[in-house]
Amino acid sequence: MAAFFVMGKYAAFVWPAYGISALGIVASVALSLRAYRRAKTRLAALERTVK
Amino acid sequence: MFGYANPKRFMELSGRLLPWLGATTAILFAAGLYLSFTAPPDYRQGDTVRIMFIHVPAAWVAMMGYGFMALASLIGLVNRHPLADVAAKQAAPLGALFTALALITGSLWGRPMWGTYWQWDGRLTSFLLLLFLYLGYIALWNAIENEVRAAKAAAILALVGVVNLPIIEFSVQWWTTLHQGESIFRRGGPTISAVFLWPLFIMAAAYTLLFFTLLLVRMRTEILERRMRALALAANA
Amino acid sequence: MRALGALLVRDVRLAARAGGSAVLALAFFAAVVTLVPFGIGSDAKLLARVAGGVLWVAAVLANLLALDRLFQADYEDGSLDLLALSPLSFEGITVAKMTAHWLTTGLPLTILSPVLALLLNLPATAYTALIVSLLIGTPAVSAIGSVAAALTLSIRRGGLLFPLLVLPLLTPVVIFGAGAVLARLDGVENGAIWLLAAFSVAAVLLAPFVGAAALRLNLSE
Repeated sequence: MAAFFVMGKYAAFVWPAYGISALGIVASVALSLRAYRRAKTRLAALERTVK
Repeated sequence: MFGYANPKRFMELSGRLLPWLGATTAILFAAGLYLSFTAPPDYRQGDTVRIMFIHVPAAWVAMMGYGFMALASLIGLVNRHPLADVAAKQAAPLGALFTALALITGSLWGRPMWGTYWQWDGRLTSFLLLLFLYLGYIALWNAIENEVRAAKAAAILALVGVVNLPIIEFSVQWWTTLHQGESIFRRGGPTISAVFLWPLFIMAAAYTLLFFTLLLVRMRTEILERRMRALALAANA
Repeated sequence: MRALGALLVRDVRLAARAGGSAVLALAFFAAVVTLVPFGIGSDAKLLARVAGGVLWVAAVLANLLALDRLFQADYEDGSLDLLALSPLSFEGITVAKMTAHWLTTGLPLTILSPVLALLLNLPATAYTALIVSLLIGTPAVSAIGSVAAALTLSIRRGGLLFPLLVLPLLTPVVIFGAGAVLARLDGVENGAIWLLAAFSVAAVLLAPFVGAAALRLNLSE
């Protein structure tokens, strides 16, 4: 298990690469979904007031 | 294909498609990550080969994204489909994200392999320029207030970019051979042996599906926002 | 044709008067090249080696100076709308603007470049390559720049966006231009000048059409 985290001697490069990629992907998923939900609720509210 | 260009029809279809697309993407990511970490270390690159499993897919999606954006721009410009404009607009930030990820993972791979974070190597350099192309496209969209004009101007820029991209790529390749006479790196980068093809392939599929899943979500958001603006305008009138 | 000539002459006059963009570009070009030795040191060998690249980068930057506002003044005071009503096509307007820009920046920069190359200690063998490459390459800069200028026409502060748009598109010009000079320094034949010429011809031939499309969309409605 420890050997797994050491990644040969390249832990300092492999883990940041995965970390940054995960961060970028998770952030873009979260932001896209949040923007979608927000647009949906705002549109629903607007439709209620217009009618 | 243009039967789906109606925004209402698009919302229906994409709404039904999205859960499946999202689930498939998640499964592919799980399988791809498992394979990435259980693959044996490469005899030359050691464990840094694992960076390749996320670097190559990001690079692939970065390029495909630009191609997609240009194609959508062309359809938007020629057939005047507002949905194509929306697709092109929303593909750009995603493409920029994957280009940035490809650059970062590439330089993290380069540090142990080349001994430096940044090598003015052909592929890294052309990705840096690709990032600039994406950023210019996004900036142009944001700078022009009139939506129709912005869509057209950005579409022209995307087409100019896609025509130039192979030339830029070629010139950069040409340039690296000019400046590093005694290359210690094999041209075209390290070759990848068969054990690594599976994780690479599955991760590439996962990244590609992720791109399209996020694209659909973002397109839906944009359509809702446009509807909102139209409603607000109608209410004020 | 006569309308095109008239527009060309007017633009050249405007740029060439005292304080016009031509003078500005030349001053900027000279200033950048003069600053470089202070930045990287006065080692004659090093300067000779980088002279071609420095002159090319400085020439491109100096070219960009006046490019982003190529259509702006005419757009803001309404004369572009008048031009659009004239017998001149949008393609013709782009050609006139592009040519005027090259005549007032690309050409003078090329003529000034040998003097600045002297300051950078460029070996005598590379002078023809420098001048020829600038002569062939700068029209491509004017062409690509005028397309970007037409695209950013309606943006009030388009100047901020401009370098971002043209930078990746102009990379091949710098690579082949500086590469041609370097080839003469090393006494090798690398074909850079031909690649530069091909790029330049394609850019100059296509730019009027793309520029016209961009002008059209900005003037419609």
